[in-house]
Amino acid sequence: MSVLAPIAKVGRSVTGQVSDFGQFCVFTGQTVRWVLTDFTRWRLLRPQLYEVGVRSLPVILITGAFTGMVLAAQIWYQFQTIGRGAWSGSVINVSVLKELGPVLAGIMLAGRVGGALAAELGTMKVTEQIDAMRALGADPIRHLVVPRFLACFFLIPFLTIYGDFLGILGGYLVAWSNGADPYDYWRYSASGIENWDIFAGVAKSVFFGAALSLIACYKGFQSRQGAEGVGRAATEAFVVSFMAILIMDLFLVLLMQGIYDLAWGRFSMFE
Amino acid sequence: MKTTDPTARREPRGRATTEEAIRLVHVTKRFGDHVVFPDLTLAFLRGRTTVVLGQSGVGKSIMLKLILGLIKPDGGHIFVDGTDVTNLTERQLIPIRTRFGMVFQGAALFDFLTVYENVAFPIREHRRLPEDEIRRIVRAKLALVGMEGTDDLLPEELSGGMRKRVGLARAIALDPEAILYDEPTMGLDPMTADTINELILRCQQELQTTSVVVTHDIASAYRVGDRLIMLYEGRAIADGPTEAIRQHPDIRVQRFIHGDADLKAGAPHTGGGIA
Repeated sequence: MSVLAPIAKVGRSVTGQVSDFGQFCVFTGQTVRWVLTDFTRWRLLRPQLYEVGVRSLPVILITGAFTGMVLAAQIWYQFQTIGRGAWSGSVINVSVLKELGPVLAGIMLAGRVGGALAAELGTMKVTEQIDAMRALGADPIRHLVVPRFLACFFLIPFLTIYGDFLGILGGYLVAWSNGADPYDYWRYSASGIENWDIFAGVAKSVFFGAALSLIACYKGFQSRQGAEGVGRAATEAFVVSFMAILIMDLFLVLLMQGIYDLAWGRFSMFE
Repeated sequence: MKTTDPTARREPRGRATTEEAIRLVHVTKRFGDHVVFPDLTLAFLRGRTTVVLGQSGVGKSIMLKLILGLIKPDGGHIFVDGTDVTNLTERQLIPIRTRFGMVFQGAALFDFLTVYENVAFPIREHRRLPEDEIRRIVRAKLALVGMEGTDDLLPEELSGGMRKRVGLARAIALDPEAILYDEPTMGLDPMTADTINELILRCQQELQTTSVVVTHDIASAYRVGDRLIMLYEGRAIADGPTEAIRQHPDIRVQRFIHGDADLKAGAPHTGGGIA
């Protein structure tokens, strides 16, 4: 075996990844073009709104509630050891609104909807339904991707808000059951949260919804033949969406902080 | 078939004659290391039913997808009515594709739509018609294939033969000038297969279309074909009227027709020309 073989293998892999990313960018561009120029098909959008919104709600609510409760169980205990249990309301609710709510909503949607989208479109690919659509002179991106993208894009903020609400409620119930004074708990919570925190969390979720729907649809369109190909597409859709959400989260946090600093100046506890 | 696409390029060499609706000229296609078509040249005559025969995996279905531009060839040219469609973009191909109907191997009905919605799909996509008119067309096409009263059924509720019939109704919804059939009788019992053959003949007679039928079902080929082409290792080794192909001297053709398993053994053959 040539000494250059491993280098060639790495090169092929990198070229493949770059090419794949380029195709994804083209796919995204085509989707955005249809969204901006010609999408008025309520008949296609309605079932997707039901699938993404209504059917995801129980999962998001349960995840939100238990996340809030677990967070409260941990944080309340820590604050209580220094005699300031009521302060935990501020930390719990800021964590839920700014980070856990949107990120968990994105991840749960990637698992429940993203995997299903990739599997559905992958099955359509291997049963030649996507080819049939092209053969009929119709664009599969317009008919299959755009409604799914719009459903995720528009509904994830509402799902996040529902998840946030249950998270806050769950956190309070745990704190209250451990003896927190309701007045102090909510007073500290209100003092620690700004409107910007709520907006930043919800705004981030829109990016997560857009990313996970595009990744899932792209993986479905790229699915290989057979049950294994479809299964792999669904798995890849979830894994890539999961990683994309976490990576995007970091950059969005930095971006949001930059915007906040520009608009209202940097906050310091010691000024 | 008349071209309406102003962006389509015309090629002087290898252009289809007035008799030829579709022509493939020195088309090459490979997937990785697997060469499907080393050099494929053949033509389909206007208003006739041409059956393309060949073993599984010889590239018959790929040939249909090349004609519609669903797959791009690596080399060569594809002409539809003398217009070179080889390098057209997806958008430029739309007016070409609307002149074709394709019946896919597994019917490829959209599983999220009912039978009615499947047949109405191309009409809604390309014609601005009131719903009453769409309903009239859909009912007429479903009646033509013997599927009246199935409007509200989903594809999963249909048998294999019924799916093929709805697939045919969808393919003819825009009254295409050419219909491409990919293994129309595959997986069907002999009675149902004969019903499909009957429908292909009826569509041919009533719509006067150019039909290309890809199959390895010899009985179906004899039943529906005016002309047969046999593909072998990515090349057309026999091309002529049905009766001429029956008597073709090439032993590879005879072995395929008679279902001789030694075909793959590379036995010596005679002839090998176009009938």
